[in-house]
Amino acid sequence: MFASRLSRVGAWTVKELCKGKYKSAARMGHLYRPYSHYSQPLFKPQSETKIFQDTIFQRHNTFSTTAADNHSGEENEEEETISVSFVDKDGEEHHIRVPIGMSMLEAAHENDIELEGACEGSLACSTCHVIVMDMEYYNKLEDPTDEENDMLDLAFGLTETSRLGCQVIASPELDGMRLALPAATRNFAVDGFIPKPH
Amino acid sequence: MAFCRAKTWFSRSFSSLSSNPLRVCVVGSGPAGFYTAEKMLKAHQGAEIDIVDRLPTPFGLVRSGVAPDHPETKIVVNQFSRVAQNDRCSFIGNVTLGSSISLSELRELYHVVVLAYGAESDRVLGIPGEDFAGIHSAREFVWWYNGHPDCKNLDPDLKSTDTAVILGQGNVALDVARILLRPTMELAKTDIASHALAALEESSIRKVYLVGRRGPVQAACTAKELREILGIKDLNVHIQESDLLKSPADEEELKNNRIQRRVYELLSKAASGPSLTSSDQRELHFVFFRKPDRFLDSGDRNGHVAGVRCEKTILKESVGSGKQIAVGTGQFEDLECGIVLKSIGYKSVPINGLPFDHHKGIVPNIQGRVLSNTTGNPTLVEEGLYVCGWLKRGPTGIIATNLYCAEETVASISEDLEQGKLPSTSSLPKPGREGLLQLLAERNVRVLSFSTWEKIDSEEKRLGSLRNKPREKLTTREELLKVTME
Repeated sequence: MFASRLSRVGAWTVKELCKGKYKSAARMGHLYRPYSHYSQPLFKPQSETKIFQDTIFQRHNTFSTTAADNHSGEENEEEETISVSFVDKDGEEHHIRVPIGMSMLEAAHENDIELEGACEGSLACSTCHVIVMDMEYYNKLEDPTDEENDMLDLAFGLTETSRLGCQVIASPELDGMRLALPAATRNFAVDGFIPKPH
Repeated sequence: MAFCRAKTWFSRSFSSLSSNPLRVCVVGSGPAGFYTAEKMLKAHQGAEIDIVDRLPTPFGLVRSGVAPDHPETKIVVNQFSRVAQNDRCSFIGNVTLGSSISLSELRELYHVVVLAYGAESDRVLGIPGEDFAGIHSAREFVWWYNGHPDCKNLDPDLKSTDTAVILGQGNVALDVARILLRPTMELAKTDIASHALAALEESSIRKVYLVGRRGPVQAACTAKELREILGIKDLNVHIQESDLLKSPADEEELKNNRIQRRVYELLSKAASGPSLTSSDQRELHFVFFRKPDRFLDSGDRNGHVAGVRCEKTILKESVGSGKQIAVGTGQFEDLECGIVLKSIGYKSVPINGLPFDHHKGIVPNIQGRVLSNTTGNPTLVEEGLYVCGWLKRGPTGIIATNLYCAEETVASISEDLEQGKLPSTSSLPKPGREGLLQLLAERNVRVLSFSTWEKIDSEEKRLGSLRNKPREKLTTREELLKVTME
């Protein structure tokens, strides 16, 4: 629960920062860390970024208060989720439910789908590269930032509808989205969509 | 004594293994080694994998190559640590292939040996003056600021000149330029080696030239690194607008290459950007179409570099390859400087008993299976011997490139096992880890494990916390080994 709430806050923060004056992807990237259960980060946040960490935790507190209010008198309130399908390297489809606000990378890992995430969502690698199989869903996503595009440059098997899984965040309009792992598309085309090498 | 201790460390994992496990030795604990080990563990549930490294510390270039101001790139060590902590995997440090143990001995001890020891040497220019003082390879300089024990005493002279020339325009060249130009206040908060930070704090270098043989369209760096260096505070970036002119061949190259297109756009924007004026101005110059012809020394400092004579180049299409190559025009230009860093590529080091292609600088192989010679004859395969990473492909690519490289090598191993091209483990059991440790104990080699690395790791983090750094690296073998004794 905490992880997905933090992811939501993280997503908002990342978007705000992307619009802002901070050019360094490094500083933005490491704030958005959905892997709360992974081992300790290798480094402490730099002093400038402590401000942003405070921002995250302020938002988190806001959510907590709201949640507490909602929970009073109600039991077992379900997180809102959307339906997402992953097509893995062997062509097998995995249908999972993803809480709103969670990244596709985290969702894949929670469901044992083999999506690499070397930098754990810090925008410092391209290993969580996924291909959005339907143009309609690809267009619903916000444009990638310069920092994401820099990483996509290096992705293996890049296509016109490629995105980094750690940057695709579940929202209601993405319900029913299908994502393919790059190696999967070597074997077949889905719904007439044939990814072109970029 | 060492053997007894080693035996106890590993004895608990024996009970969970089958009686004749597949015994695999991976030489090299960088990304290639760890991705190979991870995929072997997954593909072969009974396999026992040992990852050997000549250093006391694991992770190869993730620790000694990735720049100190790129901590997110190092996060992958979390994944590698989980691999090393797997019951069926052991990191064995301080063991050097070629001196602690020979390749043939390893092949006797294990069913499968995968060499993933990378490229620890440098390409040479082969031009006059290359042996002058003040000329270093970028690899050595990177190892120096990253605290690699082999380069602790590099002692580059950053105080007797205001100009550094870097030959090459790839990401390593940009890393080195950035470390020379970044305000040291920012570097002080990273895991940079303290001897390097001290030297950089006293550095008089204010101008850095990044020199490439070809043009901005062919620049080998990538967008992230370029964007980062162009964004350094108070840095005046110089790019000649005339260098940005594109030929039809250039346009063709850009059309099909997203990476180059985005790099070219960044360079164009930087060329037309406003010029800053402030005191203590630092300058970064991108110099294109210049090929180093010879190094120059000054009269009063013989044997020490004082400049680089460069030949202007133009691009000509290399017939058949579709690529453009730089060709000298006979016009020369001198660049004055007091230090030169050559960032023109790494090179692998051959070892006794290992087939090696000296022209390409790699071990001859087909999809990771080592070949007995460089003729390319696919029937001459060295049984049980494989390669992965830079030793297999040459020194290019990023950390993630090894992911796919390891997949290919592991697929070759799996196929060979399935097709009976390797003896079955029951018909030919091998001593593996036990045998290796015994042999090393007989030779008095002090073997280190992943848990000794964890001690070093905690100590470095503890020392770092005293100085507001993520870690303070221990940079001599003595310091590293001392911690492991406690």
